[in-house]
Amino acid sequence: MIMPDSTLLNFDSNIIQVKNLVKKFGHFTANDNLTFHVEKGEIFGFLGANGAGKTTAIRQLCGLLAPTSGQATVAGIDIFKNPEKVKERIGYMSQRFSLYDDLTVWENLRFYGGIYGLSNKIIKDRADYFINKLGMGKSRNTLLRDIPLGWKQKLAFSAALLHHPNIVFMDEPTGGVDPVTRRQFWEMIYQTAEEGITIFVTTHYMDEAEYCNRISIMVDGRIVALDTPKALVKKLKARNINEVFIMLARKE
Amino acid sequence: MRKILFIIQKEFLQISRNRAMLPIIFAVPLIQLVILVHAATFEIKNIDIAVVDNDLSMMSNKLTDKFNHSAFFQLRNIVSDVNEAKRQLEMNEVEVFINIPANFEKKMIAQQKVEISVVVDAVNSRNAGLISGYIKEIIENYNKEIFVSLVSDITQNKKPAKILTNKSYWYNTQLNYKNFMVPGILVILVTLIGVFLSAMNIVREKEIGTIEQLNVTPLGKFQFIIGKLVPFMVIGLLEFSIGLLIGKFAFQIPIVGSLFLLYGVLIIFLFTLLAVGFLISTLNNTQQQALLVAYFFMMLFLLMSGLFTPIDSIPEWARILNKINPVAYFLKINRMIILKGSVLTDIFKDVMSLFVLGIIILNLAVFRYKKTV
Repeated sequence: MIMPDSTLLNFDSNIIQVKNLVKKFGHFTANDNLTFHVEKGEIFGFLGANGAGKTTAIRQLCGLLAPTSGQATVAGIDIFKNPEKVKERIGYMSQRFSLYDDLTVWENLRFYGGIYGLSNKIIKDRADYFINKLGMGKSRNTLLRDIPLGWKQKLAFSAALLHHPNIVFMDEPTGGVDPVTRRQFWEMIYQTAEEGITIFVTTHYMDEAEYCNRISIMVDGRIVALDTPKALVKKLKARNINEVFIMLARKE
Repeated sequence: MRKILFIIQKEFLQISRNRAMLPIIFAVPLIQLVILVHAATFEIKNIDIAVVDNDLSMMSNKLTDKFNHSAFFQLRNIVSDVNEAKRQLEMNEVEVFINIPANFEKKMIAQQKVEISVVVDAVNSRNAGLISGYIKEIIENYNKEIFVSLVSDITQNKKPAKILTNKSYWYNTQLNYKNFMVPGILVILVTLIGVFLSAMNIVREKEIGTIEQLNVTPLGKFQFIIGKLVPFMVIGLLEFSIGLLIGKFAFQIPIVGSLFLLYGVLIIFLFTLLAVGFLISTLNNTQQQALLVAYFFMMLFLLMSGLFTPIDSIPEWARILNKINPVAYFLKINRMIILKGSVLTDIFKDVMSLFVLGIIILNLAVFRYKKTV
């Protein structure tokens, strides 16, 4: 495995701590002994080909899938013992569109704020904040089905941030989104990280990988590399992350 | 608790925006109520009858006349050959024939026993039962009239012993089938809407993917199910109320019992029904699957409920099966309260059974709804 020497140091600031995490579906091992950590406030990229096990890993960390064995804490909470407690501290944006098409922009935000137990005033303030930030003031009462996909994705991200989570998990958030919107989306991600919220993101786009503080590359359920994008390029004597990815994925 | 309110609000918004669903929820059931009550009648009218008159006397004529003047019968033929009547029965030209023997009048005057044979096409056995009942009624009436006239003709003392069947129908004095059918059809409509809407609901969130987003929130499983249950409960209550109003004002159904009690039981019934729907919804992954499964249970519930068949005549094992049929409980309770004015003590056992059944199914649904796979 290609890893920097200091990987497992600095425990206190680690918002995600995973050790020997295994997930099996019958005889198939989707996650094979994952060990890594994520520091508070960093943008952590999770790369891998389709079927490499990224989504399985992310779903376990979110408490959507029960792990088979190993240890893992998210925001200081053990995901084996208390997956429901984890959910209060995380935001999640899946690759599938997760807002309601038959509700308006405002109604969607109000609903998600409500089920996180926020007060009416906080819901209104934060929804207004995000709607204004996205420049969607005019679309506040528009049904979501009438709004372009890129905007919907930004709104889904906002909905995931509404309850001020410690960490946001994003599973291929920019799939099917145009390059301009993708750029704006990453600006939002940077802003969010600056506010101290940790970002855990999976992606297929290698240019996006370069925006991350650190990336891990998964092949066939295992993490085969984990470091800053620059360090990985240097170590493998590659020209860019794209080449790194192809080299690692092919080698396996 | 507040979280539940947000789910309820969201469900109502979604229902109100569903243009395909709204008419199905309100208009279609009401149309069905009006149509079904008129079409699904147990009464049979205009039964085609043939009379084989081997006597051709004044008395046999009078009996034949009785059938001719009955609203239930349509006198097709008076024949003298029994084989001709048999042929007509076989060819479906008539549904029944009666055979008046020769010397009918003579024997009647002599106060001897006379037998009239009645042959009914029993392909539809329930109809056959009704037809022979009607015929018996007519012949008994005829017998009474003849007897009175004979007795006044002859002597008062020669009164032969006679057994009179003395029928009296309670609670539904005119045997008005509408009174019987409207409460039953109301139950069907509420059942249809309740089970289908709830069975499709959670599975729909699975299909569009929003369930995953909900599963990643700290929303409790009970909060989720209760939040989903309340809107459909309200719809069910509304639907029942509209139906009841139609029954009351369009069909003049007497509502004898306490409305308060009726609605109390209705809430327990809807609660059980919706729990069944949600259980189906949590067990399936697509709306098609859920629909098929819901359809299967619905047919079972309705056909076994006693709406179409008298519940006392179904076999023992089926009666045991009916202990887990919410529709059977409510159908019975509903008719008892509306037509008979039963009070809580009369129906307490059934209400409790329904309630326990509902609690069990709801817990199963909550248990089956897994936030973590």
